[in-house]
Amino acid sequence: MSGYSISEPSARQKWIAGALVVGYAILTVLPLIWIIATGFKTPNDAIAYPPKVIFHPTLEGYVNLFTSRARATPDMLEKLGPPTTWYDTIVRQYDMIITGPSRYGQRFLNSVIIGFGSTFLSVFLGTIAAYAFSRFKVPLKDDLMFFILSTRMMPPIAVAIPIFLMYRALGLNDTQLGMILLYTAVNLSLSVWLLKGFIDEIPVEYEEAALIDGYTRFQAFWKVVLPQAATGIASTSIFCLIFAWNEYAFATLLTSGTAQTAPPFIPTIIGVAGKDWPAVAAGATLFLIPVMVFTILLRKHLLRGITFGAVRK
Amino acid sequence: MAQIVIKNLRKEFGAFTAVQGSSFTIEDGEFFMLLGPSGCGKTTTLRMIAGLELPTSGEVYIGGEEVGQKRASQRNIAFVFQMFALYPHMNVRRNIAYPLVSQGMRRADVARKVAEVARILGIEDILHRPVGGLSGGDRQRVALGRAIVRDPACFLMDEPLGALDAEFRERMAEELRALHDRMGTTTVYVTHDQLEAMQMGDKIVVMNHGVVEQFGRPQELYDWPATTFVADFLGSPPMNLLRFSGSVAPDATEVRVNGATIGMPALREGAGGELVLGVRPEHVHLNDASAYRGCVLAAEYLGTSQIATFDTAHGHVRVRLPASTRVAVGSVTGLDLDARTLSLFRAADGRALVSEGNEGVLCHG
Repeated sequence: MSGYSISEPSARQKWIAGALVVGYAILTVLPLIWIIATGFKTPNDAIAYPPKVIFHPTLEGYVNLFTSRARATPDMLEKLGPPTTWYDTIVRQYDMIITGPSRYGQRFLNSVIIGFGSTFLSVFLGTIAAYAFSRFKVPLKDDLMFFILSTRMMPPIAVAIPIFLMYRALGLNDTQLGMILLYTAVNLSLSVWLLKGFIDEIPVEYEEAALIDGYTRFQAFWKVVLPQAATGIASTSIFCLIFAWNEYAFATLLTSGTAQTAPPFIPTIIGVAGKDWPAVAAGATLFLIPVMVFTILLRKHLLRGITFGAVRK
Repeated sequence: MAQIVIKNLRKEFGAFTAVQGSSFTIEDGEFFMLLGPSGCGKTTTLRMIAGLELPTSGEVYIGGEEVGQKRASQRNIAFVFQMFALYPHMNVRRNIAYPLVSQGMRRADVARKVAEVARILGIEDILHRPVGGLSGGDRQRVALGRAIVRDPACFLMDEPLGALDAEFRERMAEELRALHDRMGTTTVYVTHDQLEAMQMGDKIVVMNHGVVEQFGRPQELYDWPATTFVADFLGSPPMNLLRFSGSVAPDATEVRVNGATIGMPALREGAGGELVLGVRPEHVHLNDASAYRGCVLAAEYLGTSQIATFDTAHGHVRVRLPASTRVAVGSVTGLDLDARTLSLFRAADGRALVSEGNEGVLCHG
């Protein structure tokens, strides 16, 4: 038996610990709940003071998020007749008519393409580079690893102007490809370092066994190393996606039209009057969903990834 | 099945030379032990036979074919790793089948071979299990199964019992040896445990600092070590090495050690200067009439025997005595060294002088 004992916490200690955890959870989740709730308020309820905790939910925010609207004159409204759909009804309360879809859907799609594209690319390249750094004699290995890490030592936005000029010269301004390349470059150092740690943990004997069993180096990598590195690849993907998904500064600077992602677009929804908080909240709420789903799908790996090294299977 | 010949095999890692020109021959069907302390080059030698490292120079012949620079997969060998290296994402059956799948064998044949191997190793009932939850012994058996399933020319094993608990080791050592005797496949086995090497091996090669010190049958190495390193490495407790200054003529049958005359097997070569006399603890006997004397420092009781440590003019001498012999700590007695069993070494290079006793068995690398 080991030389120390662990005593069971008392009921009181458990109660305090539980209260702390619940308190912290409420504290962190509160802003999220506030955003989700605001998405279902009317503009007036959203800015009411004192804040309204109990309110009459409406889909106004979501309708405003997805549509472009224009104010109509009374005779124009009369000519149109009664509203035909539920969202028409909502808009007509304000003497407005829907003139077409907003650009939110397209911006959202840009975010999906750029976010997932750059995540795939940085994890793919990162895995290959990390494998090489982990297994082969690379000249100046330590210096190269340090150099890769050093790209993260200043805030990426510090190089915004050179990148802006380069992108303009290369014609990558405001293109999905340009944003994918940029986020990949920023994420690559993270993914190489994280994945090298994971691959270092995989005993080299597995590959040697595969080499002796008659497989090529590439087959050994594909069939033995990759399944073992799944945990690392999953958690690295989440980190990369979260960065690319939420990135605001470069997106504001480098995209304006065709390739604009959702983060710089959402604040513009607030409109000239500066009153449409529910639409902004609705946009933010929907924007949370893909990362949340992705994280939930990979959460088993993520948990093991965070504790890796601490616990040996 | 194959004979393995190692010729002038050398491996450098940058400035460090791991193996310096080894040569030895492993006969077809032998259970051959590569023995030495850690860092001696035994694992590197094994990995060069396997093709996991390529030699800097020298040749490796497996079954008459030179394979020194060939890839591991082209050598028809099987390797058992110290940590077993079972593929953790596959179950036992798939682990054993994996080498066959790579050869593109038909599925029915694979299933038949795996079943056969499982029967030989007695692991039929765990074939469906994931390898993660297996005991050390079962992992070992699965690793062996993956090795024997492809009928390789030879088995290469890198300390395969090193990761097992002490109680399991003995049993697995027996199983391994029995398996070898049944299949008759040439086996090369790396270990740092001299007892394991002597217990299991048909032949042993002892390596130190990348140099082959000696190779031969376990008893030859134990009785007639070629160097003081082998004398000290084999045996527990090891050979007593008594250092003295003197000279011996070729064909001498005795040496004078600090006034005492000690009989020797007839020497075939002479030497002078610093010499070392080697005697195994079981070849020292108590004899009060002897001129060679020592004072009892301690006695360790081992059940069937005891090890008494004597302080002599040449340092400590350990003596294996029957458990019933009474030795009083602090008493002084005479020691007889068994003349037929002694070895004499030059202190400068540690090499044994050729004598009547060892002349047939001094195989240096």
